[in-house]
Amino acid sequence: MRKIAIYGKGGIGKSTTTQNTVAGLAEMGRTVMVVGCDPKADSTRLLLGGLSQKTVLDTLRTEGEDVELDDIRKMGFSKSICVESGGPEPGVGCAGRGIITSINLLEQLGAYADSQSLDYVFYDVLGDVVCGGFAMPIREGKAQEIYIVVSGEMMAMYAANNICKGIVKFAEAGGVRLGGVICNSRKVDNEAEMIDAFAKKLGTQMIHFVPRDNMVQRAEINRKTVIEYEPTHSQADEYRTLAKKIEDNKMHVIPQPMHTDELEKLLIEYGLAG
Amino acid sequence: MLLRHTPKEIKERKALTVNPAKTCQPIGAMYAALGIHNCLPHSHGSQGCCAYHRSTLTRHYKEPVMAGTSSFTEGASVFGGQANLLQAIDNIFTVYEPDVIAVHTTCLSETIGDDIPQIARKAGQEGKIPKGKYVIHANTPSYVGTHVTGFGTMTKAMVDYFAESEGTRLDQINIIPGFVEPSDMEEIKRIAAELGIKVVMFPDTSDVLNRPQTGRFDMFPKGGVTIDALRSSGRSKGTIGLGRLASGPAARALDSKCKVHCELLDLPIGLTGTDNFIDAMRKMAGVSVPESINIERGRMIDIITDMHQYFYGKKVGLVGDPDQLISLAEILVSIDMWPIYVVTGTQGKKFETRIKEITKCVPHEVKVVSGGDMFLFHQWIKNEPVDLMMGNTYLKYISRDEDIPFIRFGFPILDRVGHSYFPTVGYRGGMRLMEKILDALLDRKDRDSPEETFELVL
Repeated sequence: MRKIAIYGKGGIGKSTTTQNTVAGLAEMGRTVMVVGCDPKADSTRLLLGGLSQKTVLDTLRTEGEDVELDDIRKMGFSKSICVESGGPEPGVGCAGRGIITSINLLEQLGAYADSQSLDYVFYDVLGDVVCGGFAMPIREGKAQEIYIVVSGEMMAMYAANNICKGIVKFAEAGGVRLGGVICNSRKVDNEAEMIDAFAKKLGTQMIHFVPRDNMVQRAEINRKTVIEYEPTHSQADEYRTLAKKIEDNKMHVIPQPMHTDELEKLLIEYGLAG
Repeated sequence: MLLRHTPKEIKERKALTVNPAKTCQPIGAMYAALGIHNCLPHSHGSQGCCAYHRSTLTRHYKEPVMAGTSSFTEGASVFGGQANLLQAIDNIFTVYEPDVIAVHTTCLSETIGDDIPQIARKAGQEGKIPKGKYVIHANTPSYVGTHVTGFGTMTKAMVDYFAESEGTRLDQINIIPGFVEPSDMEEIKRIAAELGIKVVMFPDTSDVLNRPQTGRFDMFPKGGVTIDALRSSGRSKGTIGLGRLASGPAARALDSKCKVHCELLDLPIGLTGTDNFIDAMRKMAGVSVPESINIERGRMIDIITDMHQYFYGKKVGLVGDPDQLISLAEILVSIDMWPIYVVTGTQGKKFETRIKEITKCVPHEVKVVSGGDMFLFHQWIKNEPVDLMMGNTYLKYISRDEDIPFIRFGFPILDRVGHSYFPTVGYRGGMRLMEKILDALLDRKDRDSPEETFELVL
């Protein structure tokens, strides 16, 4: 079983990319579980065809401690298994602790057990790694592989670089490694070249360049992944390629995050000069 | 009348606990960790947690309880407790030289999400853990479980970190004694020795928290299970876990990690409990029960038969931990007493079913609640009093207000001695328990009997 965590700046398209990639893997016949680690609980919307999932934490709150696995798992597109951790509403409580609680509960209930014969677990994690709870998915024995979703916009790259700093801490002590960055294009000038250079500086690779296409929007409005909504569209193939590249990926590294001035230099070199 | 405000009328409460019948997970974890030889428990959190846990254990055992703390400040809560724990590990191994540091977490460190194995590995990489020394850990936020689950979690950590299955099987069995007194652990070892069985018992707080006064302070007393013994537990013939809640996790972990077959029993308190325990040991080790044990059993039965008339039909209210209450209810029912109120602070529907099952032949309604509190217990008593109450020291307020005889049993006992020296497990322990019950009942009878029925010989 491969456990993969997806990180990246808020709004960059982590959930969309994750679900489309999962759809690609599921289509290939893999058994995939997606664990949404975002209090908004919208990480499985496209796979399930809407926000129909009862979250782990809501279930825990209403049903008490006698929770069963089937109360919190739902089958989505192509037999993908969807779980939403959930969490408090904005401004109250502790979302980070929520993630710790729900991943612990999943383990206790045997969601990762051999009997479930999972090929992949994807953790879709909210925005930056703001506190210890959001690093839960990459603790020892959990996700060993991380992909960062990024675009050619400065703040996205800045966030990706920051996330790498977090990864280094866990990678040095444990087994977690960076598998690559996924460029979710914003049609910035020289984007592919810049992210490719950015990835190399971090010591990793740009595993795939996902072009910008309105089809993603259309599929999203219809609460579907592109692969389900328009299977023959070229964008669906992009996600299939990404899924295949992740499946075949052998490059797992400890990243070397950059200093801010180094990062700015890179931007000027590619973004402005290029 | 310190509890005079407790109303007789019982109203439904959802979001309020008054006088809880439980305490924090870390207390149990700290107690379990003290049962490892040369081990310093370490509380990863603010100082107040550690101070409270140490003082409660000290008040209960009347022994100094040593433990470290990560001394979280505002800074540590914001930036994570890694720096504090690294410094603590370095200091502890440099200054106090234990073999093991057993780290347990607290509410704060759990909420901010400190990853103890990651920090411990970093300490290792930085050379802060000397060769042959260990840092183990248990996750014990106080907002989950109780002191009993904390004990169970730390005991399981001993298996996770140390048990090894490589090599030939050894002619020994493992005993996980449950959350019981040091005296009980000593008694369990004595019974095993009487049967001629080599055992690895963990944790083992005898000779740690019931030490003799020698005039000298030992930071690490001579008791406790050694690392070598813990390692060998993975090669034992089998494991007997006493008390399902406190010993279950470790016993099952040994089974799945090292394929050491485990049998989970109730605590050997009372006749049936002890019979089952001795029978399980006999079968697992392939030995026969010696005459000396039969004699002890016979004596216990003698007390039961001699004094049966005083036990019969007496109503008892119990407050405590699930493992203890199950065995206690069983012994009471077996001597024809009626445990009619049973309250535990630990959650668990199985507990209620089990107590109902044990008390099904009691000719009286039996009220049982898990996740309950002493306030409710008191209200029940106000509605229908009992002849005897058994539970921890906090029951003394109810005992005084309602003028009901009271036996201190369980954790914590803050205002009496004896529990750490004299066991309640085994046949001898059962005899002690009956002596205590009879003393309480007959003292009351002597006190209350009118002159014409006040008898010299009862």
